[in-house]
Amino acid sequence: MSLLDVDNLRVRFTTPDGDVTAVNNMTFTLNAGETLGLVGESGSGKSQTAFALMGLLAKNGIIEGSALFEGKNILGLSETELNKVRAEQIAMIFQDPMTSLNPYVKIGPQLTEVLQLHKGMSKKEAFEESVKMLDAVKMPEARKRMDMYPHEFSGGMRQRVMIAMALLCSPKLLIADEPTTALDVTVQAQIMDLLNELKSEFNTAIIMITHDLGVVAGICDKVLVMYAGRTMEYGTTDEVFYDPRHPYSIGLLEAIPRLDTEGEILPTIPGNPPNLLNLPQGCPFQDRCAHVMDKCRQEAPALETFADGRQKACHWTPEIITSTTVQTEGALT
Amino acid sequence: MFIFALKRFAVAIPTLFILIVLSFFLMQVAPGSPFTGDFNMPPEILANLEAKYHLNEPLWKQFAYYFSDLLQGDLGPSFKYKDYTVNELVAQSFPVSLTIGSIAFIITVIMGVSLGTLAALKQNTWVDYTVMTLSMVGVVLPSFVIAPMMVLLFAIILPWLPAGGWNDGNWENMVLPVAAMAILYVAAVARIMRSSMIETMNSNFIRTARAKGLPKHHIILKHALKPSLLPVVSYLGPAFVGIITGSVVIETVFGLPGIGQHFVNGALNRDYSLVLGLTIIIGALTILFTAIVDILYGLIDPKIRVGS
Repeated sequence: MSLLDVDNLRVRFTTPDGDVTAVNNMTFTLNAGETLGLVGESGSGKSQTAFALMGLLAKNGIIEGSALFEGKNILGLSETELNKVRAEQIAMIFQDPMTSLNPYVKIGPQLTEVLQLHKGMSKKEAFEESVKMLDAVKMPEARKRMDMYPHEFSGGMRQRVMIAMALLCSPKLLIADEPTTALDVTVQAQIMDLLNELKSEFNTAIIMITHDLGVVAGICDKVLVMYAGRTMEYGTTDEVFYDPRHPYSIGLLEAIPRLDTEGEILPTIPGNPPNLLNLPQGCPFQDRCAHVMDKCRQEAPALETFADGRQKACHWTPEIITSTTVQTEGALT
Repeated sequence: MFIFALKRFAVAIPTLFILIVLSFFLMQVAPGSPFTGDFNMPPEILANLEAKYHLNEPLWKQFAYYFSDLLQGDLGPSFKYKDYTVNELVAQSFPVSLTIGSIAFIITVIMGVSLGTLAALKQNTWVDYTVMTLSMVGVVLPSFVIAPMMVLLFAIILPWLPAGGWNDGNWENMVLPVAAMAILYVAAVARIMRSSMIETMNSNFIRTARAKGLPKHHIILKHALKPSLLPVVSYLGPAFVGIITGSVVIETVFGLPGIGQHFVNGALNRDYSLVLGLTIIIGALTILFTAIVDILYGLIDPKIRVGS
């Protein structure tokens, strides 16, 4: 049995301007210890997918579909039941470590409260355990730091605190929502290394939400490319990187700056993501697609699942998939 | 923290001095004197009176007299209430206002904060609408409407409570004035608390707390309450002075011998020393409580503490 089995997940928000579907028909599985990358532009529904799994959606959010965590549906649980899943089974770290820690409470209590409430530890046990965890995320002078406020930490250090906090109850799944977006490049690398290490140390499955394909290449076993709330392509990282089948994935891969080319203009995907309130008929990517056909404007492509488990939602079939590099695909655009 | 508090109070001293100087001279600028309105006073008597109160001497000298008395804690004799010093008048009336005000203040803090929190947590439900409608009523109805209405309802139509009087601080006499006083402030605090609690509950760190699987009451008490209280604290500090120094309207309606009445009478009578004394007391209290608010801020928000 897989650790997490998401089937046809749909997230809608009722707004005064009408319903907005933020996540549409998402299906994926995650095994214990595996890492899945959720990739896409801002507003493509990556974070909402995570919030739906954690029960953190805004009040006007409506969830459909199912998400079986160790065989038990975690969507639509009551707050009390959810609180048992949160932190103990699934933990989450957030995009902005500057605002994600409570600025009015010392780091110590913010860590120990998790252990006291979930594991019933005494204050002293929880303190020692938290210090150990801070050591594990390579926080220098961990004991001393317990008595400090978040504003006395740098961004990278705060994200380490967040990671330590998430791992306190050794959850089986860690959802990392753009954990390095708000950090310096050098600190980003440190945090990614840390996550990579912890992943093998604690055998935690990770859902890595990011728009940085470098991050995906470095840590993820599988990738799910999202656009306008839909799955565009899903497969192992190698499959998607070396043999992308969706024009959007191809475009994203081409838009990675490379050091080995000189003086060339970086390819981009023209245009902007569509307004979710007013999606065009047919494929949401049609206006930006290099391979757009008449069919794309009339009929949204269904999500196909191939025999090898890969998924793709596109009418276009790349004809030459023999070559293994992205470079040749570049000729198509 | 202690040094921060000490510094904060040191800054308050020059402020208080400026207040004293300004109110002393402004009082003199106002036309008329304490004795102008009186029946035909023979000029000799007037001259005697003025000599007694040093009114015939240059202003700077009058100020020097006043200030040196003030340093010894003496606010001088009242010009109008014969045989009374300002100290005695304050000593008689301030306890009345302080009692009513303190009780009203405690009710305000407890009810305002809890009603505001309740409304925020039940945002856009009937609970929220009820609390907000009632508090809107409390905010817009002036006390000269609310107080007589309460007398009408609870003293005359339903003869449960006395309509007025102090009666040496009998609790039955206190209920209506305390209630009339508290309504306005409870309403204001509830509104402030509601909006700041809503803002806090939408912040990222509360999302983190929820993701940590903390029970709701724990999130509210340990994570949301402190930051939400900041705007309430900054409102209540100065408001506290207003509450304990009494409301003229409420004291008049309920016939209470509080300090508020002296302010109005003193100003109308050009009772220099009384008005000046009250101004200084209220000014000093305001400065004190503003300083206390700053210190409380430092206690609540660690960033402010470090910044000092």
